[in-house]
Amino acid sequence: MSEPTFDLTYIWAAIIAFGVIMYVLMDGFDLGQGILFMFAPSEHDRDIMMNSVAPVWDGNETWLVLGGAGLLAAFPLVYTIFLPALYIGVFLLLAGLIFRGVAFEFRFKAHSSKYLWNWSFAIGSTVASFAQGAVVGAYIQGFETENMRYVGGALDWLTPFTILTGLGLVAGYALLGSTWLIMKSEGATQQWAYRLVKPLLAIVLIIFGIISVWTPFVDEFVAERWFSGFSAIWLLPILGLACAYWIFSSVNKKREGSPFVATMGLFIFTYLGLLASKWPYVVPPNYTLADAASAHESQLFLLLGLLFVIPIVLVYTAWTYWVFRGKVKADQGYH
Amino acid sequence: MELDPLLLSRIQFAFVVSFHAIFPVFTIGLASYVAVIYGLAFKTNDPKWERLGAFWTQVFAVVFGMGVVSGIVMSFQFGTNWSNFSLATANFLGPVLSYEVITAFFLEAAFLGVLLFGRGKVPNGVHFFAALMVSIGTFISSFWILSANSWMQTPAGVEVHDGIYHVVDWAAAIFNDSFWYRFAHMALASFLTGGFVVAGVSAWFLIQKRDTELHRKALSMTLWLLLFLTPLQVFIGDLHGLNTLKHQPTKVAAMEGNWETQTGAPLLLFAIPDQEQQKNHFEVGIPKLASYVLTHDWNGELPGVKEKPPELQPNVPIVFWSFRIMVAMGLLMVLVSVVGLFLRRKRAYMNSRWYLQTLRLMTLSPFIAVLAGWFVTEVGRAPYLIYGQMTHAEGVTPSLTGGMSLFTLIGYFLVYACVFAAGAYYLTRVIRGGTESTEQHEDDKHRAKRPLSAAEASFD
Repeated sequence: MSEPTFDLTYIWAAIIAFGVIMYVLMDGFDLGQGILFMFAPSEHDRDIMMNSVAPVWDGNETWLVLGGAGLLAAFPLVYTIFLPALYIGVFLLLAGLIFRGVAFEFRFKAHSSKYLWNWSFAIGSTVASFAQGAVVGAYIQGFETENMRYVGGALDWLTPFTILTGLGLVAGYALLGSTWLIMKSEGATQQWAYRLVKPLLAIVLIIFGIISVWTPFVDEFVAERWFSGFSAIWLLPILGLACAYWIFSSVNKKREGSPFVATMGLFIFTYLGLLASKWPYVVPPNYTLADAASAHESQLFLLLGLLFVIPIVLVYTAWTYWVFRGKVKADQGYH
Repeated sequence: MELDPLLLSRIQFAFVVSFHAIFPVFTIGLASYVAVIYGLAFKTNDPKWERLGAFWTQVFAVVFGMGVVSGIVMSFQFGTNWSNFSLATANFLGPVLSYEVITAFFLEAAFLGVLLFGRGKVPNGVHFFAALMVSIGTFISSFWILSANSWMQTPAGVEVHDGIYHVVDWAAAIFNDSFWYRFAHMALASFLTGGFVVAGVSAWFLIQKRDTELHRKALSMTLWLLLFLTPLQVFIGDLHGLNTLKHQPTKVAAMEGNWETQTGAPLLLFAIPDQEQQKNHFEVGIPKLASYVLTHDWNGELPGVKEKPPELQPNVPIVFWSFRIMVAMGLLMVLVSVVGLFLRRKRAYMNSRWYLQTLRLMTLSPFIAVLAGWFVTEVGRAPYLIYGQMTHAEGVTPSLTGGMSLFTLIGYFLVYACVFAAGAYYLTRVIRGGTESTEQHEDDKHRAKRPLSAAEASFD
């Protein structure tokens, strides 16, 4: 094989990184509805919560499946080490997503069995969110590998640290969900959502704070990166905190759209901070992007199709959100 | 007893893939049927086709929804339980499986919404076009999946460096030696599945005397289709078998229950293969027929299972009996279709209660045949994941323990049991709802653009 003229690995890294944050932001706010679901004051609020995400949630999960398949094609080592290492967690994630997905389908059709689908939606969403947070924690921790294989135990991913990151993401998604709900609802439901934001923001900041302090102790590489002199990456947590303040002030001013935008900002800067901590390692502590990449011709073969499809998916997604703009009412979307 | 992660992983994969496979074969056949119905509606402007199309679109929506849910699990199985295999083959299987995902999403994004929710909102021609594109999309999806599976059966177009497969010829790898046979066999199987389900449901409506004029038309059409497709499937299946004999003789030997290489091998109607003793008990067969079928020569030589040492043999009883179940179902389908032709005089098939009841029961036959067929081809290639090159034992996730795999096996079993019990229950409600009223009666702008939202029946 001739040496590739142009390395596609970094293009693929950008695509996957983009897919992940798209997934986190978009599925985040609808998972958030599930996390908050059983805390809602009334069935009426639950109807509004579900309706506020019903037309878009499955498109949001598209990014997860696309990311999974894309990983196998572009960075097989990530796929074949993460999945065995997170074996039990992946099961919980999938089971959670299945139960909440089915709840979306059947709750609209159910009458006397509605409570069943309520719980299915709430528990499924919470478990799936926790599992995703634990994945992030496991990624920070790193994996025990030998000769490109995972050699650790079944529950290595479940440590106090990953439990904390799991809870952190549950709180984070709940925050995204509550600010989304402010934007999409009115009246009593919106008032309830407003009341949720500050306590959730406090929990998120506390947990994110503990994680940030803890991470350098979990991983020396991260400590080295952040504390070996000041660099531009310190801008990221500062911008993150600025977003947190923006959430706080915009809720005080009873803004409707800004809290959600600010929460997305908080997520984006946290995410970039995480990437900056680990770059260029994708399977810490041993393997970099280049180690994990698939063959050039395989990356190219799939890229051709993806370049054609991603714009279509983006346009379709944008169109769906556009059609669905404005406030949601309880009696729309089911009967 | 020691829990064997390899065996448990194989059972788990067999379970989730069998469960999943039911839905795609159903949706592929049904999508084509829906496209045909809307084509007729478009051409004739007859509202009865609209009504029939709307009914089957609802059924399609529910089955499609369940297929999507079970498919998500499939895309993670390769990594969780078969990571060594995935790492070795990612250069080929990664792009191929991703193209399947891309196709599915493209289809869902662009056309499924129009098919499910666009009736009355877009011109009939556009609606028909969407139905057509959805049905083509389901075929493209299965194209990629079957290419991946066929490549594992007859690998081609690749080189191995340091244990990792590299694609040197995409066309050779995608259109490998067994691909077209498998694709044709599965495409027809999907048509037959759709056909027998439509026939069975129409028969049920006729027995119930509901909307009889419409379902007579549907049944008549479907019976003509089945009359041609069932024998064609036998023919294609035979070609597929000959192709298998060429590339995987041991699989064919197991299908025939043929332990010793011999000339003039009998076609066994019954036998109890004994893997331990490497022979059959209670053989009943037709002399020389197997040789004739497979070599077109009464005294042709048929390879035996014992050409391979016991550790490289597949489980003969499973392959042998799965094959017989599949063939029996196939022949039964031919028989029922031909009987339908004889009952055409004076439209007897529409009034004959026993025939309608038979059709109703035959609804299950294609599903049994499809699963049995997959058991033949998948168990029959054991112990290989990639035929002749990588065994199951080499492909399994090295860090996997028996306890982990048992946990998820039970877990997936419970999840599927809950979810699909609900789905199957709901499907029967949709079907019972019938064709009499399938009007969509609301502005669905704010509704989930989910497949199931296209169905109107209430859950409880």
